[in-house]
Amino acid sequence: MAAKTDNFQSPDYFNVDELLTEEHKLIRESVRNYVKKEISPIIEEYAQKAEFPQQIVKQLGDLGCFGPTVPEQYGGGGLDYIAYGLMMQELERGDSGVRSTASVQGSLVMFPIYQYGNEEQRNKYLPKLASGEWLGCFGLTEPNHGSDPSSMLTNIKDAGDHVILNGAKMWISNAPFAQVAVVWARNENDEIQGVIVERGMEGFTTPTTHGKWSLRASATGELVFDNVKVPKENILPNVKGLKGPLGCLTKARYGIAWGAIGAAMDCYHIALEYSKERIQFGRPIGGFQLQQKKLAEMVTEITKAQLLNWRLGVLMNEGKVTPQQVSMAKRNACEVATNICRDARQMLGGMGITGEYPVMRHMMNLESVITYEGTHDIHLLITGMDVTGLNAFK
Amino acid sequence: MKILVCISKTPDTTAKIAFSDNNTKFAEAGVQWIINPYDEWYALVRAIELKEADPSTVLHLVNVGGADSEPIIRKALALGGDEAIRVNSDNADSFNIASQIAAIAKDGAYDLIFTGKETIDYNGSSIGGMVAELLDLPYISHAVKFDLEGGKAVVVREIEGGEETDKAALPLVVSCQKGMAEQRIPNMKGIMGARTKPLKVTEPVAAETLTAVASFDLPPAKAGVKLVPADNPEELVRLLHEEARVI
Repeated sequence: MAAKTDNFQSPDYFNVDELLTEEHKLIRESVRNYVKKEISPIIEEYAQKAEFPQQIVKQLGDLGCFGPTVPEQYGGGGLDYIAYGLMMQELERGDSGVRSTASVQGSLVMFPIYQYGNEEQRNKYLPKLASGEWLGCFGLTEPNHGSDPSSMLTNIKDAGDHVILNGAKMWISNAPFAQVAVVWARNENDEIQGVIVERGMEGFTTPTTHGKWSLRASATGELVFDNVKVPKENILPNVKGLKGPLGCLTKARYGIAWGAIGAAMDCYHIALEYSKERIQFGRPIGGFQLQQKKLAEMVTEITKAQLLNWRLGVLMNEGKVTPQQVSMAKRNACEVATNICRDARQMLGGMGITGEYPVMRHMMNLESVITYEGTHDIHLLITGMDVTGLNAFK
Repeated sequence: MKILVCISKTPDTTAKIAFSDNNTKFAEAGVQWIINPYDEWYALVRAIELKEADPSTVLHLVNVGGADSEPIIRKALALGGDEAIRVNSDNADSFNIASQIAAIAKDGAYDLIFTGKETIDYNGSSIGGMVAELLDLPYISHAVKFDLEGGKAVVVREIEGGEETDKAALPLVVSCQKGMAEQRIPNMKGIMGARTKPLKVTEPVAAETLTAVASFDLPPAKAGVKLVPADNPEELVRLLHEEARVI
């Protein structure tokens, strides 16, 4: 399939760029240029073949997209959360699977090792994860415990200088290629703890999940633990309970809020260009009211989400953000992006279902994005509980 | 080895071109600015490669422009310059700009001065030659390849129908074009590092301004395409003969 030239330009209807620093804009430009050079030309083919483009791991490490908010002494970027959000936006503008790879590595693997790990663990793992020498994954969801992780069955038992890990995790991004997994398991005192499991430990396998219609260019798999001996020094010492994994998810969901809008911006850009070029009934379809309604609503929703994300980033930088605010932004972005991609696909008519345009790939990817790291319904209940004070989960 | 790379600010290639003040000024509102690609992709990146090959190399950047040039200077520093000098001047006259660069170059005693072959906005292609003349240095233009061999420069130029290889002693002024190097994307480490690299601002030296723009004009709008059915070559020939008058 011939790769089309990626001439993406982002909509900025409310001059949101004026809220960014020159450095933020340079970071966005760098990641956008990387996506145009290395992702757009190849991603459709990898998605069609359901293959993970492994070369991006090193590339993303070199560019500095892994753990950008982790301090520089551990190989991170030492950047702020607006910079991180813009990076996720640009990566997902290319493909949600590419953004997922970076989100998992930064927010779900490097963040817990940095936040909950000790100095030895930080020094051992973070520089290799930041550079892309190692790929990491995060194990929380289980076959029978998705929205309800507190009921997890995966467990560790004390065995002297090590623990014995048993159980299974499912829907794990990066699993088939990861060298390192941050796994959440229940200990004998019924507390949830994080352990770092390395590829090669006896009894640890990572079968690939096949047959996905979404995130086809991202590798998904299971983590299976059959009496895996994990040294005690691999236990994350500084957190116990569900707040450990949930703290990671707050960071990752923050990245999704920005990322999903990246996918939406790509679809809007393509639909807008197409509407000016596609002639029906003797004039461009962009001149018809029904198409203008779609485009006007798209750019309105993108603008609202850009402002919401920017404000969320400021709160994140100031350390004032609540997980509930992140839930709202993640849910909003996924809803808006899903609708925009669907409308864009319709505007492209038959062309919208082919790989000639990225729209249907984005649309299918977003079905995962709206589901993982807290489903759409669960995030709604989080907001509901926050505003009423009443728990509707149980 | 001390290298000076001249970088200029130009509108992004997707910018809408319009003029103000009775067609004497470029309308800058809403324009996205970039480093002139010939300065960035070829001159600067080749200079960075020379520094990578010999880490003792000192790599300076010079820009003649207002404070609004600083974002593109920071980007150049993020790519790999050691420090930058901005001559605080909005003068658009080539001789004046070349005089400012020559003054900086003289002070810094550089072994190599790289420019792009031209800027993509005004296409003057004159700064390199003027700087060389003002400094009384040799000048090689439109270089596609640059190497150092035994302290001498070996420069390949594109000429009509082939290539020419030149040798020159340093110091030397070279204007660079496609082929010298490959475009690079600044990474986060470079962007963070650029925060603390020196960006000195100096006032312009006294120099003559020899030219001024009288007016700009946009190219005439393209005429529409006329489609001739494939089964009517006679009509095509008639149109080419009578309307286009090309046959």
